[in-house]
Amino acid sequence: MRSWRDEIRSAIAVLNLEATREAEVLEELSQHLQDRREAMLASELTAQQVDEALMQELHDPALIAGLKATVHSELPFLPVGSDSGGQLLGRIWMDLRYAGRVSIQNPGFSLVVILSLALGIGANTAIFQLLNAVRLRVLPVSKPEGLASVRIVDSPHCCTGDFYSDHPDLTADIWNQVRQQQQGFSKIAAWYPTRLNSSRGIESKPVSTLMVSGNFFDVLGVQPSLGRLISPADDYRGCGAQGAVVSYGFWQREFGGDPGILEKKITLDGHPFQIMGATAPDFAGIEVGRTFDVAIPLCAEEAISAKGPSRDPVAWWITTIGRLRPGWTLERASAQLAGVSPGIFAATVPVQFDGPARKDYLSFRLGAVPEANGFSTLRTNYQEPLWLLLGLAGLVLLIACANLANLMLARASAREREMALRLTLGASRPRLIRQLVTESLLLAVLGAAAGVVLAQMLSPLLITYLSTQLDQVFLELTLDWHVVGFVTGLAVLATVLFGLTPAFRASRVAPGMALKASGRGVSASGESVLLRRVLVVSQVALSMVLLVSALLFVRTFQNLMRVDTGFQQGHILIANFDYSPLKLPESSQMVFKRELLTRIQAVPGVASAAETLFPPLSQAGWDGSVDIPDGPQRQDVRLSRISPGYFKTMEMELISGRDFNYADAPAAIHKAVVNRAFVLKFFGKTNPLGRMFYDSGKRDMPYQVIGVVNDTKYYSLREDPAPIVFVSFTQANGPQERSTLMIRSNESLPPLMSSIKSTASQINPGMVLDFSALKTQILDGLLRERLLAMLSGFFGVLATVLAMVGLYGVISCLVVKRANEIGLRMALGANRLDILAMVLREAATLLGAGLAIGAVLALSVGNIAASMLYGLKPRDPLTLAAAVTAMAAIALAASLLPAQRAASVDPMTALREE
Amino acid sequence: MKRGSTELLILSLIEYRARHGYEISKLIEDRSGGVLTFNVASFYPLLYRLEQRGLISGRWVEKAGQRRRRYYKLTASGKKMLKAQRSTWRDFVDAIQRITAAEHA
Repeated sequence: MRSWRDEIRSAIAVLNLEATREAEVLEELSQHLQDRREAMLASELTAQQVDEALMQELHDPALIAGLKATVHSELPFLPVGSDSGGQLLGRIWMDLRYAGRVSIQNPGFSLVVILSLALGIGANTAIFQLLNAVRLRVLPVSKPEGLASVRIVDSPHCCTGDFYSDHPDLTADIWNQVRQQQQGFSKIAAWYPTRLNSSRGIESKPVSTLMVSGNFFDVLGVQPSLGRLISPADDYRGCGAQGAVVSYGFWQREFGGDPGILEKKITLDGHPFQIMGATAPDFAGIEVGRTFDVAIPLCAEEAISAKGPSRDPVAWWITTIGRLRPGWTLERASAQLAGVSPGIFAATVPVQFDGPARKDYLSFRLGAVPEANGFSTLRTNYQEPLWLLLGLAGLVLLIACANLANLMLARASAREREMALRLTLGASRPRLIRQLVTESLLLAVLGAAAGVVLAQMLSPLLITYLSTQLDQVFLELTLDWHVVGFVTGLAVLATVLFGLTPAFRASRVAPGMALKASGRGVSASGESVLLRRVLVVSQVALSMVLLVSALLFVRTFQNLMRVDTGFQQGHILIANFDYSPLKLPESSQMVFKRELLTRIQAVPGVASAAETLFPPLSQAGWDGSVDIPDGPQRQDVRLSRISPGYFKTMEMELISGRDFNYADAPAAIHKAVVNRAFVLKFFGKTNPLGRMFYDSGKRDMPYQVIGVVNDTKYYSLREDPAPIVFVSFTQANGPQERSTLMIRSNESLPPLMSSIKSTASQINPGMVLDFSALKTQILDGLLRERLLAMLSGFFGVLATVLAMVGLYGVISCLVVKRANEIGLRMALGANRLDILAMVLREAATLLGAGLAIGAVLALSVGNIAASMLYGLKPRDPLTLAAAVTAMAAIALAASLLPAQRAASVDPMTALREE
Repeated sequence: MKRGSTELLILSLIEYRARHGYEISKLIEDRSGGVLTFNVASFYPLLYRLEQRGLISGRWVEKAGQRRRRYYKLTASGKKMLKAQRSTWRDFVDAIQRITAAEHA
């Protein structure tokens, strides 16, 4: 008898019926054909004729066409795992629903996945948002892409003089020439950011002020939200203090958005300015990371300070912003500026410049620079660390994904029977992979969403962290397409990383095997375990990289904190006195200063006090050059002007000679105290006391060395000792109508500040003063290092924890898988210690491989961070050793628990399970 | 053949007792004296369509000494449909008869 089943099966295979239905159809049709065959054989037909006829019948296309219309669509329920049925969207929805159900069924697992991803993606997003804000985003003004500025370019000797603001591009004279001679810009404006005091009381209240040329707002296309903005008519020579425009934020913050401000005046450094209007809400200024409170015309600078930059030909203070003329490129505008440069510099060379300085000045060349992203010191300072941190955060995400992949693999073996069942019921492999990837994707999307929420909390924290007393960072964080794209990318990447491989593996089960193996997974297959081992090794390696960089940055920060600055930082209060409102005649200023200092020294609780031109490590400086008679000429030195008693107040060491005293009068020969580096560089081993040197090129300006002090840090903690010259306030007036006093006291700050304030108002209530602590100021200077140390440390710890969880997971899994083997070994005489050693050996192998690869990686990427380190090399062996030791110790702890569990296996139980 | 007439044949054959597929097709062939025959390709799709429409329902029945077979019986809506189709068919046949009879008269 012929088997019709196979014939029918092949005939209807194209229908791809659901398995149970197919079986029914097969049975029914084969019976029918058999009955027909018997009936036909009873007539005179031969067997061969009968079979041919029936085969023809079976392969009649009408059968497939007819069945397709009935049987196929007859299925009311499409089990998950089938390829067929529904529209694409419907199928995706079904996958999602199923994925949702699976996730809810395993809340612990889902929570771990979502939380890990939220941490990883959140950290990345927070840092990326900052980077986006300082680096990638364009200015919120109309058509930012056409914005450019004029600067001195490709001039290595640029520039000498006094530098104001963070972007001191031009002097007033050069700006005037540029405005007249440039052709590449249809409009060009000048601006200068500064801080003015808006208080009328004794304690100053700084407001960020933009001094702008009349067309500034027009160039940027900024609209007023109230009143009017500064126009060219407001900006003319000798305009004095007239109108001011406030920013929207300042208007809301200080005036509660009251439209009545148009009637009001604002006092800036004692000058009343009429408020003319407020800017539109979206304009926060032209500097990224900084906002402004008030804008006044550039011409008002002359009125505000008697000796300000606008009167000084060597003051670099102006920044420009302009719009390129239609049809002009940056190159063409630069070429035009380069063409007129010789004329401009020849016309503006400052009279005080002698031979070499003059020659340098005349060689400068102007060019046009794109400014669509705005100006930013924040960008200059933090771009590199932020990219680095983003890289580190990326590694953390990778490690987290490896952990999740490991979890997924573990779960895949638990779900092997489910997969096998689906395969037997007719699901195809791609179908299962799609389902599993959808499950991962759902978790990744949830994780990413949580990460974005987390980032919205972390980024503002970081911004607050970057702000200091003197420098408030203002960054608007928006979820623009950069950020959304970034997060989406991360989620997809994460899915691919942790979802795809396990999905491929899980769908590759042999159904028969999996179904037959009762209860216990059969995924002890060598390949699966190998994959998990590879994952752990890479986790350990990446963690090693993170840990090494964390240690490098933490130690850099520590080194900088421990740097000997040459003075005692603690217990020093810096008080800035501004007595310009008193309008003292120049002749009485020095007397006033001395009186002020004496009165402050007498304040109860003040141990000592002294004046200085500026505190050390405050980013302010005075560079000059000196000629040594019969020695080197035009030598760079750093200078400062101090009062007698400064060294004592700062607790510096007077190595030889004497301090300044009030007998050092203006008429006498100028005395100088130099540091050890100065002596070593210029006088060698000879006795420096009494030696002379000159201001470069000025033989009529001799200085006589009267003392030598120890080396101190001047600009930065990282610098090597450089020659420093101290000169005395007793011999020349310092800054005009200002005093910076360093006050040493063991008192706590608030009472000290209030007694100094009351003393100052007793002397003259017209003075304005502000305070800061030297220690705080120095710490603020280490913000970058602190940020790097803190975040990389955090990432390092996070990565190590994640890697150890991974290691623990794999070792535990191995122990469970090898329970039989362990039982057998113990039955054959192995003792518990042997088993413990065996499991730990396994862990050590993984750890060793990871550490070796990690060390190589850490060494090769260490160079990226080299410029940010201090006091150690990127290949610091001690750091490497510390990282290895830490990882090894934690790894031992992580694998000890499963190892002990293995050693406590009862051989009888383990063997019985076989 | 009139559309739906095969359905009528199947439905009427299982009006009083359940029959399996081969039996139904054999009965049609026998009772029509071999005029009406069905092959597998045209018969089963029809049967399944009737089942899908809820007019008949199939059930596997095992009888002693035999292989199990799928027996089809009329459902309630199948009975209604059979009634309706019968009267339509009768009207149709009557109409045909009237036309053809007049021709012979």
